[in-house]
Amino acid sequence: MLCQHCQKRIANVHFTQVVNNKKVEAYICEHCAKEKGQLNFGTPLSISDFFSGLMGFGDTVSDSYVTAVPKQQVCEKCGMSYEGFQKSGKLGCNNCYGIYGDKLQPLLKRLHGSAEHHGKVPKKVLEDVKVTKEIGQLKQLLNIAIQNEEYEKAAELRDKIKSLEVER
Amino acid sequence: MTGWYIQRGPESDVVISSRVRLARNLEEFPFPFKMNKDQEQDILVKVRDVVSGSKSDTIQNTLFVDMQSLNPIDRLALVEKHLISKDLAESQRICGALISRDEKISIMINEEDHLRIQCMFSGMQLDSAWDLCNSIDSEIEDRVSFAFDNKYGYLTCCPTNIGTGIRVSTMLHLPALVMTGYIKGILEACGKLGIAVRGIYGENSEATGNMFQISNQITLGQSEDEIVANITNITFQIIEQERTLRNELNKRNPFRFEDRIYRSFGIFSNARIMSADESLKLLSDVRLGINMGIIKDIKMETVNEIALLIQPASLQKFAGRPLSPEERDIKRAELIRQKLGSAKE
Repeated sequence: MLCQHCQKRIANVHFTQVVNNKKVEAYICEHCAKEKGQLNFGTPLSISDFFSGLMGFGDTVSDSYVTAVPKQQVCEKCGMSYEGFQKSGKLGCNNCYGIYGDKLQPLLKRLHGSAEHHGKVPKKVLEDVKVTKEIGQLKQLLNIAIQNEEYEKAAELRDKIKSLEVER
Repeated sequence: MTGWYIQRGPESDVVISSRVRLARNLEEFPFPFKMNKDQEQDILVKVRDVVSGSKSDTIQNTLFVDMQSLNPIDRLALVEKHLISKDLAESQRICGALISRDEKISIMINEEDHLRIQCMFSGMQLDSAWDLCNSIDSEIEDRVSFAFDNKYGYLTCCPTNIGTGIRVSTMLHLPALVMTGYIKGILEACGKLGIAVRGIYGENSEATGNMFQISNQITLGQSEDEIVANITNITFQIIEQERTLRNELNKRNPFRFEDRIYRSFGIFSNARIMSADESLKLLSDVRLGINMGIIKDIKMETVNEIALLIQPASLQKFAGRPLSPEERDIKRAELIRQKLGSAKE
């Protein structure tokens, strides 16, 4: 197949462009694709377009994400609306991450190749995690003790769990 | 002048500086762009309290710079020293920065995030920069609660910084890679590896005077140590290529190489009118000349000092008064001659 643009070289690029919400497809050669690509970059891509595109808000991808969260939803801590987030690409507070977290996953994966933190953890959080783990283990032991009718041991474990929970 | 930027660090023939920055937010407040004036003030007071009550001398000895009380030239001079960002200098918020005497540490308050903790060293010293930044972060963390999520890590205003909140960067002088055109390949390779290459003033700035800043883009999913190691590794690869090319260029046509450097040096040290752009171009050749042992009687420290002082705001501070662009170009040429002249004696 010859390039639909120059009609000279062999078409080896499938070129898709979204113009005014309409998908325009063309089979063109590498040379013409380069030219088209450069033309395309002439219109600056705003940061919000960029984020919307990444998250699938844009016109190019399905609207499934948009319908998942009602547009009127607003973060109760900072007042950030979902629309506001879509526009600015920024979150208003830590609570926003809780509300819009699920919708962020695809964006984070594309930005970072991962959606899970593997770095530094605040000391307080580390200790908290440790205590939670310890309580979990003690609760298991408690269940075993009760099953075995070792009530003295069970009482001891129960007190330990209580004191750990108070500490937290 | 005692700032770190005058000193020569390891691998300083290619690496100008190393920087590590952490983005942090306090749990109880919304992010800066969603705060009201009272909250902005609260954050400022809170952070300053934490720092002044700290047991660590390193952060206790920082000086607070109030953005609102600074005139535009002083603000811009801080940007030129890379101590604050352009955004902070232009911010309408109640904001400021805590800056250490040696200017290695800068803690910006109420930038895009509540805190931007930054450490800068001369030459290739990313490990030292990360160690210092990490210890400052831990010190502050003992006394406040940062917004943190077990899954997403440190929460930031922009999802591009989430997780570690770390930005690790090196500033590189790459004249030989630019001269030979090989820089293009480097830029492409970096892009593929998720590494950003920018000009001297970070985001959206052009590479002037053959200066390039490389930094990580990924902040989530990798540990801080991995990210530092990654940037270190890539920086060393670029250093090797730049050095090889410099020697190759010099060997292939020494007269041409020396001619270029001496011509630039001649204009640099004798001109009466010098634009910022021209001075940065010439400065790059002079730097290269010193690195290659062609220019012998000028110290790199002098060049570093000149590089800092010829920038618009720093130049006006040096002159002690506001200057029109024409006046600046004259003052700039004068300053260069003066610094080079006194360096020789």
